Amino acid sequence: MANDNMNSFRTATIAVLVDNEPGILARVVGLFSGRGYNIDSLTVAAVEDGGQRSRINIVTSGTEMVIEQIKAQLDRLVPVHRVSDLSKDGPHLAREMMMIKVICPHREGGQNRAEALRLADAFRARVVDASTESFVFEMTGDTAKLDAFVELMRPLGLAEISRTGVAAIARGTRVI
Amino acid sequence: MTDASHSPIRPETPTAAGAEILLRALKDQGVDVIFGYPGGSVLPIYDALFNQNAIRHVLVRHEQAAVHAAEGYARSTGRVGVVLVTSGPGATNAVTGLADALLDSIPVVCLTGQVPTHLIGNDAFQEADTTGITRPATKHNYLVKRPEDLARVVHEAFYVARSGRPGPVVIDLPKDILIGKAPYTPPAETPHRSYRPQTQPDSALIARAVAMLKSAKRPMIYTGGGVINAGPAASEALVRFVRTTGFPCTSTLMGLGAFPASDPQFLGMLGMHGTYEANLAMHGCDVMLNIGARFDDRVTGRLNAFSPGSRKIHIDIDPSSINKNVPVELPIVGDAGRALEALLAAWDADAAPVDRPALATWWRQIDAWKGTDCLRFTQPREPGAIIKPQYAIQRLYEITRAVKQDIFITTEVGQHQMWAAQYFKFERPNHWMTSGGLGTMGYGLPAAMGVQIAHPDALVIDIAGEASILMNIQEMGTLSQYRLPVKIFILNNEYMGMVRQWQELLHGSRYSESYSAALPDFVKLADAYNAVGLRAKTVDELDGVIHEMLASDRAVIADIAVDPKENCYPMIPSGAAHNEMILGSESAGGVAGVTDEGKVLV
Repeated sequence: MANDNMNSFRTATIAVLVDNEPGILARVVGLFSGRGYNIDSLTVAAVEDGGQRSRINIVTSGTEMVIEQIKAQLDRLVPVHRVSDLSKDGPHLAREMMMIKVICPHREGGQNRAEALRLADAFRARVVDASTESFVFEMTGDTAKLDAFVELMRPLGLAEISRTGVAAIARGTRVI
Repeated sequence: MTDASHSPIRPETPTAAGAEILLRALKDQGVDVIFGYPGGSVLPIYDALFNQNAIRHVLVRHEQAAVHAAEGYARSTGRVGVVLVTSGPGATNAVTGLADALLDSIPVVCLTGQVPTHLIGNDAFQEADTTGITRPATKHNYLVKRPEDLARVVHEAFYVARSGRPGPVVIDLPKDILIGKAPYTPPAETPHRSYRPQTQPDSALIARAVAMLKSAKRPMIYTGGGVINAGPAASEALVRFVRTTGFPCTSTLMGLGAFPASDPQFLGMLGMHGTYEANLAMHGCDVMLNIGARFDDRVTGRLNAFSPGSRKIHIDIDPSSINKNVPVELPIVGDAGRALEALLAAWDADAAPVDRPALATWWRQIDAWKGTDCLRFTQPREPGAIIKPQYAIQRLYEITRAVKQDIFITTEVGQHQMWAAQYFKFERPNHWMTSGGLGTMGYGLPAAMGVQIAHPDALVIDIAGEASILMNIQEMGTLSQYRLPVKIFILNNEYMGMVRQWQELLHGSRYSESYSAALPDFVKLADAYNAVGLRAKTVDELDGVIHEMLASDRAVIADIAVDPKENCYPMIPSGAAHNEMILGSESAGGVAGVTDEGKVLV
């Protein structure tokens, strides 16, 4: 049968170019919730035509059949211009930005502060705010790298995380 | 006009009140009738309607009925149906109709009133988040916030409603937009910026489809509502294609009429209450051609047992319908009519012969299945005998066939709907209006109203059940007001029959809440609405009532008392496969095998 691979489960990063009109995000999110699809990450921002078009990046997961269905459902929304499956059409870059607050007071000996700074340096995270009680690190990278840094900060006084979700783009000359 | 309008350099665009601009845009879209109900926020539109004659307004008695009437109008004409309702409850009442039109792919534009823009979000009187509520019930919706967008949005809404896979579109109109001045713009001549559905099928794929079909030993053509939506020419192309190939053809509930039911190559409807031969041919075929159908669960039965040995070709205008439920070998995106024309051309261009001996063997097998005569029933003939519902439909069909008139049939939802699909034979498209996808009880009477408005001289019959008809019975008032001679043919078994049937077969005959208690006297009810009320209680009264109904030039309710114990067969129980069909009460014991897993499948 032609469909042996239709049941394999995968993660897909999908870029959607849409008219920047009221309700478009609700339309896309409603499509996912109404049809029971997963959203692992979703980002949206105006990207071209003087703010008239926005790009939505969605990270989702499902069987091949479901992912193909998600793309077809997105593509038939009236304000959608293009749908691109970045994780299938070729190599791509996926990045998210995170700000992470670690509370590690100086008065408690400072080992945790020193360790947090060392790890931040190794992960190329920047200190964007510091007090005698805390740090806020800013870090950009793929989801796995951010997850790894979060785990390392946990025993050192991890207090709060703010992440942007994934922005993605194809490598090379390919455009959406 | 202001001074600026006389300026030779930049004449100001002429403007008019938003309501006037709206009506002008509707007129330019070819609208001649609107089904609606007034209210505070749409009064400016009603004022504008009052001052013109180009567009006729039909006043319904409930907003849900306005949408079903527009659906009936749209299905029987192939044009876009138009609805006008007020804000808040007007819009929320319309939601069922919109969802119905969405699932059955019916082009409808629904204009909803809205509180003025500065009050939106304030919980104002009769305010509802209409675009929010209708988003999953429409193909698309708009909220007009600037006067200069009004005309463009109306034109775009009609384009979206009728293009690609048709569907309902809502335009939410704040009252200040309707009163304030707005400029007019004619329909755009440039393509839509983002919504451009593919209608022309890929010719290489069509050639592959022909090669697959010619190599078939047991081919099957399975058609759906997409053929009807593609216009009458698509149905003609389907007839030519089926006859050219010599292949058997079946149809979904929504597709009935696209291929003539009297044709020997037609196997009848398939699916849960489809014919034995259609379902077994689907189960046993080796190449399946699906044109404009969507492998709905009512059609496929248990998915992992659906037509297990076939290679499948699926032609659909909506790419999201393909590979949704059933994976197919050859997906083809395109309009059903264009695809059929392309198939016909490619069939002639392909030199390969059809495997005639195999096809003859296949037809012998199908004829053997046909020999089962799965729609057989026994009608006792002695005077005073109770009427079998199947017999009532059969007589209605036979007697109306002799009437030299265009005949349109609408239905409500339930047993009577399935019997109508089984025993009324449709020869032409656009003459059968039923709620397929959503299964909306109360659809048939308002839909018949819309059909009769579009075809004043036609014979329009709503085949109804006594429970369904009560869901929109208030529309008798609309029939009366506009003197619409719709015939309502009620198969009255004093039960929500399909619920009772499932309770009998799947829930140990515990008839929980399915008895139609305290029914009205339908003859008196007809009389109260200036219609004719007739009743047949026994088999010897049936023909007389049908003749009397057809002879009347007024609306008629014919209350036909039928056998309350009769079930709708054949039946594929939920969770079963096509080849596990129950043919009649004598084999209903097979239902005992339905597992809990099957029962959850509705």
